[in-house]
Amino acid sequence: MKRLLFAIALLNLLPLEALAETPEEKGLAIAVEADKRDLGWQDSKASMRMILRNRQGETSERQIRTRTLEVEGDGDKSLTIFDHPADVKNTAFLSYTHAIKPDDQWLYLPALKRVKRIASANKSGPFVGSEFAYEDISSQEVKKYSYKWLRDEVFDGQDAFVIERIPQYKHSGYTKQHAWIDKEHYRTLKVDYYDRKGALLKTLVLSDYKQYLGKYWRAHKMEMQNHLNGKSTTLTWSDYEFRNGFTDRDFDRNTLKRIK
Amino acid sequence: MSGVVGKAFIVFSTLLFAIVAHAVDWRISGFISGQFQGFFEEPLDPIQSDTNLSIATRPEFYTEWNNGLDSFTFTPFARLDQRDDERTHFDIRELNWLHVGRDWELRVGAGIVFWGVTESRHLVDIINQTDLVENIDGEDKLGQPMIDLSLIRDWGTLSFFVLPGFRKRTFPGPEGRPRIHPPVNADAAIFESDAEEEHIDLAVRWSQAIGNWDLGLSHFHGTTRDPRFALDTSVPGRPFLVPIYEQIDQTGLDAQLTFNSWAWKLEAIRRSGQGESFFAATGGFEYTFYGVFESATDIGLVAEYLYDQRPVETRSPFENDVFTGLRFTLNDPQSTEALMGCIFDLDSSSRFCNIEASRRFGDRWVGSLELRTFSSVPRLDPFFTLRNDDYIQFELAYYF
Repeated sequence: MKRLLFAIALLNLLPLEALAETPEEKGLAIAVEADKRDLGWQDSKASMRMILRNRQGETSERQIRTRTLEVEGDGDKSLTIFDHPADVKNTAFLSYTHAIKPDDQWLYLPALKRVKRIASANKSGPFVGSEFAYEDISSQEVKKYSYKWLRDEVFDGQDAFVIERIPQYKHSGYTKQHAWIDKEHYRTLKVDYYDRKGALLKTLVLSDYKQYLGKYWRAHKMEMQNHLNGKSTTLTWSDYEFRNGFTDRDFDRNTLKRIK
Repeated sequence: MSGVVGKAFIVFSTLLFAIVAHAVDWRISGFISGQFQGFFEEPLDPIQSDTNLSIATRPEFYTEWNNGLDSFTFTPFARLDQRDDERTHFDIRELNWLHVGRDWELRVGAGIVFWGVTESRHLVDIINQTDLVENIDGEDKLGQPMIDLSLIRDWGTLSFFVLPGFRKRTFPGPEGRPRIHPPVNADAAIFESDAEEEHIDLAVRWSQAIGNWDLGLSHFHGTTRDPRFALDTSVPGRPFLVPIYEQIDQTGLDAQLTFNSWAWKLEAIRRSGQGESFFAATGGFEYTFYGVFESATDIGLVAEYLYDQRPVETRSPFENDVFTGLRFTLNDPQSTEALMGCIFDLDSSSRFCNIEASRRFGDRWVGSLELRTFSSVPRLDPFFTLRNDDYIQFELAYYF
């Protein structure tokens, strides 16, 4: 009976072809569509300013440049170069992200001129002392989660889907995530992260979206609030450039060692 | 830096420097630091002191052109030491031009190259000479003149090194501390090759990442970076050690297997040319507990076994030893971290312990602490004369 009522309710809200969809199928379809709309950008580079704020409101700042190479059928490759604070200048981080199997990660330590392979189980660990975990900044692949559509909701004046994502990869710090995805452009507007005990741990709000190459949307502001420790991190992105002609060679350990 | 070839290199690099000095976009970074060292026990030699102050700087001048495919780096280093004239020194860590091709890279000039994976000892790392007066951990290196051509292919990176101009290891002077006794007279070095410091050394290295494995295979032919010593008693009452730099061949292997929270590491070398040829290896693991006690802190557990076929009398202190250590990474905005550990000699009760910790203050200051102790060192151990040189060191560095 419940199911019938649910179906009738759906009938009023949705086009006919959606009828056959379970919430899981619908959630997956939304993720697939979002992924499809972000295919083909090839490569990008950008600058990022990161403001870390503690419970007392004290701040510290990081400046980072990133380069990313789109890899079809797998996670992206990315190279992160640190400019500030000055003591970590010339430090660089190379990551080959994957959907299910662990990411391959190398860190270049300029003081010793040493490239160090980093263990891959640190997905839930903080990225450079921020409230962003490695898994939050890793490329978002469809296969990383199982999905479930929860409801439709207006967020910040935009019609959005709310979907639940459950990490399928090992070593995640989350039991689930709830993501708000706008219906018009399939951009992620907000994510709630639930910790291993199922409590709401963090909320990420993405805003200031700009479109590139007439197709690809990138958020220029990302605010992560940690509800448990009261700390927050704000990322401000700038200088996005697409299709720089990067190849695998720009994301190898030789490049990691010399990039500045 | 001495030797005709070495000088030619400096001239070449200086010319290049003059050319690129016209470049508009110089990026300057680096640090200036002040350091205090305090020793807990009476020195073995009354000429030595219980405390020491010094300042150092290492600016880096970098410019790139041709869309980043060409770059030039100049990194001088200088330290002014209160007590030790040998530790007051200047070096050119880097002065080189790098050209990046599609599947190759060429670096010409003075530079620093690191090879290896283990934490307690760096056996495979051989391109650069150790700047021992900086720190007895041997991780500070002198700039090495080189031509390094690297071919970057699907099957890995193959690097060829031509190394003109040998760099002698730096050693603390008589007033310096910590140091072995009697002191080493670095300038009195003896060379096996008639070319002495102008011998052109050669090296080749293949490296590749295959799945979870990072592998490196290398060979070096030339003047050893790691001298043996002769005792010179020609000055009555003032004996000193003379470094002997022999011609060696060294083949090295380094491998790391990384999975989940594990990193398994191995470095092994075979060296010939300094008496009987010998084998040495360091191997072990680092296991990391991520986010312990529901905090952001990671704790890494490091354990390595150190083997060296050379007997302990020949001044290899790590002939049959175990290193165990803990690495704390707080993952906080101040990047607080600490590494503490000991190397235990399994054939004696000898123990060499270290604590290294650092933290950022504000945006531009980094404070660091170092504590090193030498315990129960037997008479035959090369560390025997360091037995009174336990020390603590504070450093404050300003980064620009």
